[in-house]
Amino acid sequence: MEIGEEVRRIYRESIGILCVSLLGGLFAGTVLGSEAMRAGFREFPGLLLLLPAFLATRGNVYGAFGARISSGLHQGLIEPDLGWDRRLVNAVVASFINGLGISVFIGALSWAILQALGRESARLVELVSITFLAGLLTSVVLVFGLLILVFGSYERGMDPDNLIGPIVTMLGDVFGVVFLYLAIVAIGVVL
Amino acid sequence: MFPLLLGLSVLEMGSGYVLEALEATYVDNPTLLVLVPVMIGMGGNLGAILSSRLSTRLHLGVLEFDLRDTVLWTNIIAILSLAATVFTLLALAAWVIGRFITGTPMALADLLIISLGSGMSLAVLAILLSIGATYVSYRLGLDPDDTTIPVVTNVADICGVLILSGFAILVL
Repeated sequence: MEIGEEVRRIYRESIGILCVSLLGGLFAGTVLGSEAMRAGFREFPGLLLLLPAFLATRGNVYGAFGARISSGLHQGLIEPDLGWDRRLVNAVVASFINGLGISVFIGALSWAILQALGRESARLVELVSITFLAGLLTSVVLVFGLLILVFGSYERGMDPDNLIGPIVTMLGDVFGVVFLYLAIVAIGVVL
Repeated sequence: MFPLLLGLSVLEMGSGYVLEALEATYVDNPTLLVLVPVMIGMGGNLGAILSSRLSTRLHLGVLEFDLRDTVLWTNIIAILSLAATVFTLLALAAWVIGRFITGTPMALADLLIISLGSGMSLAVLAILLSIGATYVSYRLGLDPDDTTIPVVTNVADICGVLILSGFAILVL
């Protein structure tokens, strides 16, 4: 096959989904660049340090969760509805624990690194409370959002393997940053 | 799975450390912050597309690790064209958003150099990682479907912010 023609075919197949991902990223970036969020970065030193790790959990934790659900659907081990199913409940609980555990770890690690370097840092309880709260809200929306969207599309005959990645990126970008912002505001008021 | 997540988070702190070290640059130029989430994710997206295509071809027995293999070059050119499109759109969008969230938007030319420069470098890195990871999996007898995407997306995630920061320092 002609190279140019094949290049155009691959391009056409992928550009749509990359643009969807771009939109999610731009929304997240707009929140990050907003005056309120920048004030949060100044108020709680250490947030910028933990930001990449916090944003990366979406793919590592919820991408893996989505892959497990999609394999379960393909093998007929999981029914596409939100009922009490042992496999489904196990997958949900596992990703909640992973998501929350890693969020708390990231907050504590960020504090520890700044302490070790002798740099200015927010208090440990502040950073950990922010990542815990943001991680909790993100887990709820990503786990149930993914299930609803994947089950819904599966019943309309779409292959979940092609949907998981873009859905995780999109939900993760949009809600990860928004919940981080909400957590900063809430913790700023409470602590 | 949890130990793996811990290890990856520690590595991610490397790019976080660069963000924190350059806090003044990023917080004073909010337009740069707009680029951060896309830079974190897009290298992984491009690498995932290429890795899936390569591992499917490997499973079909039609992948050759040869510089004369036209199919390999077809895939590489397609990924580079996708990257050029996405990172040009990113620069334009960030410029428009920058006008709204800040009084002093960055020059469009600077943004184009930063976004396209770091984006294309990231794409080249993702391509090398995808081909390398597929090749290593093949030599070790591992299924590249299980190994390449986690390796490529995580390394690309971590390097995205590092490369972006490098270009931002060069241009500003």
